[in-house]
Amino acid sequence: MVGSIAAIGAGLAVIGAGIGIGQVGGKAMEGIARQPEAASKIQTAMIIAAALIEGVALFGVVVALLGNNPA
Amino acid sequence: MEFNHIIKLKNFTTTTLLAVFLIFCSINTFAEVQLSHESDGEAASTAEEKFDPTVTILEHISDTHSWHLFGHTSIALPVILFTPNGLDIFLSSKLVNEHHQAVAYNSGKNTYLNEEEHIKILAADGEIDEEASAHLYDFSITKNVAAMFIAVITILLVFTKVASAYKTRYGKAPKGLQSFAEPFIIFVRDDIARPNIGYKYEKFMPMLLTIFFFIWFNNLLGLIPIFPGGANVTGNIAFTLVLSAIVLIIVNLNGNKYYWSHIFKPDVPFWLLPIMWIVEIIGIFSKPFALMIRLFANITAGHIIILSLVSLIFIFKSLAIAPVSVAFVLFMSVLELLVAFLQAFIFTMLTALFIGTAVEDHHH
Repeated sequence: MVGSIAAIGAGLAVIGAGIGIGQVGGKAMEGIARQPEAASKIQTAMIIAAALIEGVALFGVVVALLGNNPA
Repeated sequence: MEFNHIIKLKNFTTTTLLAVFLIFCSINTFAEVQLSHESDGEAASTAEEKFDPTVTILEHISDTHSWHLFGHTSIALPVILFTPNGLDIFLSSKLVNEHHQAVAYNSGKNTYLNEEEHIKILAADGEIDEEASAHLYDFSITKNVAAMFIAVITILLVFTKVASAYKTRYGKAPKGLQSFAEPFIIFVRDDIARPNIGYKYEKFMPMLLTIFFFIWFNNLLGLIPIFPGGANVTGNIAFTLVLSAIVLIIVNLNGNKYYWSHIFKPDVPFWLLPIMWIVEIIGIFSKPFALMIRLFANITAGHIIILSLVSLIFIFKSLAIAPVSVAFVLFMSVLELLVAFLQAFIFTMLTALFIGTAVEDHHH
């Protein structure tokens, strides 16, 4: 029972990260399409933003992992 | 950044073939481990013969006192213990018998038992002495430490060669290893250090380059399934903790008065100050904490996914699932090559960003 609730928690964390990184990626694509010469700058900023979102999501996943293995 | 020259290499096809071959090696080693488990399990009850992917995966990503090679062969690594009775050094092979089961070992100072990779002191009656074990400090050269030494030696060999090439070939075009290292060094300088730190970047270049190549080499060695690699070094929370603690210290030691005034005298109404102090001080620690969790979780997740895909074969107990599994493992391994670079890049990039906020001049 504990394991399945932890798995739901990990899934919820991934939904949040998916929405966040999707937004970042989509907007970056739009930006690059409008201004292709700024592509490298936009890419760098996009990767940083994606990493920050991913970091928060990974907190959720790690907590879910810890909840799954009470040792 | 241009990587075209890597793809246009003459022996690129050879490299690809070798990479594909190495991926099949991962399957083979895994299968042998599985076989040895099954042969061990024959004597045990039927309940233990059932394949449990969680146990197998956690066993593969965790740190151990000996380095398992294949089948029943493993490298014994030194165990270094600080105990209440003094320093104790012996080989980890003393802690197992010929059937690879943990046995008690009396070194003359204490009796030790390896209980699930945590070494405990045994009392005279053969029970675990919890009080003495609490004062046992384990400084062993474990699998992760040994793998880290291999990475350090590789980095030293590569970069002393590159550095000497810059001296002897001064003014000439780069050659050999130099052409491998130069794009990455310039990448760290022009795309990571300079835009984020500004004109003071030179002082931090050695540290950023060390962090970048150390994480990257360790990530890549972790992806090699056979001997020199295979240890989950960057997926170990202690390793990432030390790296992010170094970042924490460097950032705060280099913080100028503007950095500290942003923390202790932000432009807010005076009654908000106590709340801002708490928030800002949490902020100092949460940034390196996020670095620690990000690297740890990304690399561990990658290893878990690859091992889970291989585990599918043993869960379904069918050879028919193997091609699907191998194809997915190949795909994930290639993706992990990208992640290995990306995580080294992100860690270095965020370190540079934090240093940049700590050393930037006031501009309001």
